Amino acid sequence: MLDPAEFYQRDRTRHPPALTPDYKTSVARSPRYSLISLQNSMSEITGPVFGHNDIDPLDRDLLHNYAKPGESAIGERIILHGRVLDENGRPVPNTLVEAWQANAGGRYRHKKDTYLAPIDPNFGGCGRTLTDENGYYYFRTVKPGAYPWRNWVNNWRPAHIHMSIFGTAFVQRLITQCYFEGDPLIPLCPIVKTIPDPDAIEQLTAKLDLNATIPLDTIAYKFDIVLRGRRSTLFENRLEGN
Amino acid sequence: MPQELTYLKESPSQTAGPYVHIGLAPGAAGFDIYKQELGWDIAGPNAKGERIRVEGVVIDGMGSPIKDVLLEAWQANADGVYAHPEHPGAVEEGFRGWGRVITDFETGEWGFDTVKPGAVMGRHGRLMAPHINLWIVARGINIGLNTRLYFSDEDAANAADPVIGLIEWERRRKTLIATRGERDGKTVYRFEIRIQGEDETVFFDV
Ligand SMILES: [Fe+3]
Repeated sequence: MLDPAEFYQRDRTRHPPALTPDYKTSVARSPRYSLISLQNSMSEITGPVFGHNDIDPLDRDLLHNYAKPGESAIGERIILHGRVLDENGRPVPNTLVEAWQANAGGRYRHKKDTYLAPIDPNFGGCGRTLTDENGYYYFRTVKPGAYPWRNWVNNWRPAHIHMSIFGTAFVQRLITQCYFEGDPLIPLCPIVKTIPDPDAIEQLTAKLDLNATIPLDTIAYKFDIVLRGRRSTLFENRLEGN
Repeated sequence: MPQELTYLKESPSQTAGPYVHIGLAPGAAGFDIYKQELGWDIAGPNAKGERIRVEGVVIDGMGSPIKDVLLEAWQANADGVYAHPEHPGAVEEGFRGWGRVITDFETGEWGFDTVKPGAVMGRHGRLMAPHINLWIVARGINIGLNTRLYFSDEDAANAADPVIGLIEWERRRKTLIATRGERDGKTVYRFEIRIQGEDETVFFDV
């Protein structure tokens, strides 16, 4: 059996390092030893496959997926949409995208969140969808509020939506956060600033997309996600002398 | 015009944060929203092989259990086949090989039921010892940590495993071996993951 074509090595200088002391929790939760580099085998180039049986079409509509019949979540109504691509610029079809967020007041529906902003009875705060054959996805939701958190005494998270993406291989697995263009809290946030490269931070900032709005109804932001790319099998075979 | 490379760059990782459960395990956050949560049934009812339970705790640099971790497991079936279109061979109907678990908010304990995977073909035709791939995210972890769980009753296979063999230090290799035991007639493997400090678990850049 031929070795499977590998994914491009992760550019670790573009990702946050494990230890980022200004984000205090990372100090005791960061490995001290170097990672052991591993070439891809079957264990790395495979990963879970999801289908339409796993989820419900309503799961992508956070305005309504937890609301009472006839009601909807409170806040600035937004469409968050974009494509999941790989580093070769190719769409990643049929992959699971999961999202979670605070409500419009900056409060999470979580038993550990005690922030004084109110819970919205019609907002759960999570959604999930599969990309289509062109790698396209969308969610309908409310724009999350900023919220304070215990790091330094006066830290505020910029508005953000947490995103989890699978890709086709376990090595493409990624959790990240989507920020919103124009938010003055972005450059101040110690979690954002764990990312050393300003261009990479820009990549996590969704752009206002007036063309995708629903006039008089819902504003839109575009957020593309890039997963690791892969060598072509053909080229790999030639390298192997086949 | 000069030649240009047109590759895109991978989106940077961000921590899963303290409220990861809302998105990936909402029941644990305290509410029901989906018809079914994903990742609670790894092997399905038809899987061949030995039924096992895998349990453990994730320990931080202060020696304390981390109580807000989410782990994902990815494994082959008992024949060493992954449920993926690129892997030659087939798996039992309902075998997914993927699971998702969270730690108990009070104790930090996690655990999942599955079947013991078989040996998997590695690079250059070298068999890899049976193992489960794990991915760990939590508040304070900026990018998910990849490791592998191997089995204590597979001494010979572990000794020949090409991935364990990459680890220069004998002592660090042991951090990847789950200890086989028994409880109520059931096989239970214990696997402690140490994020930092003495006997820090080996993590991989995959
Ligand atoms: Fe958050």
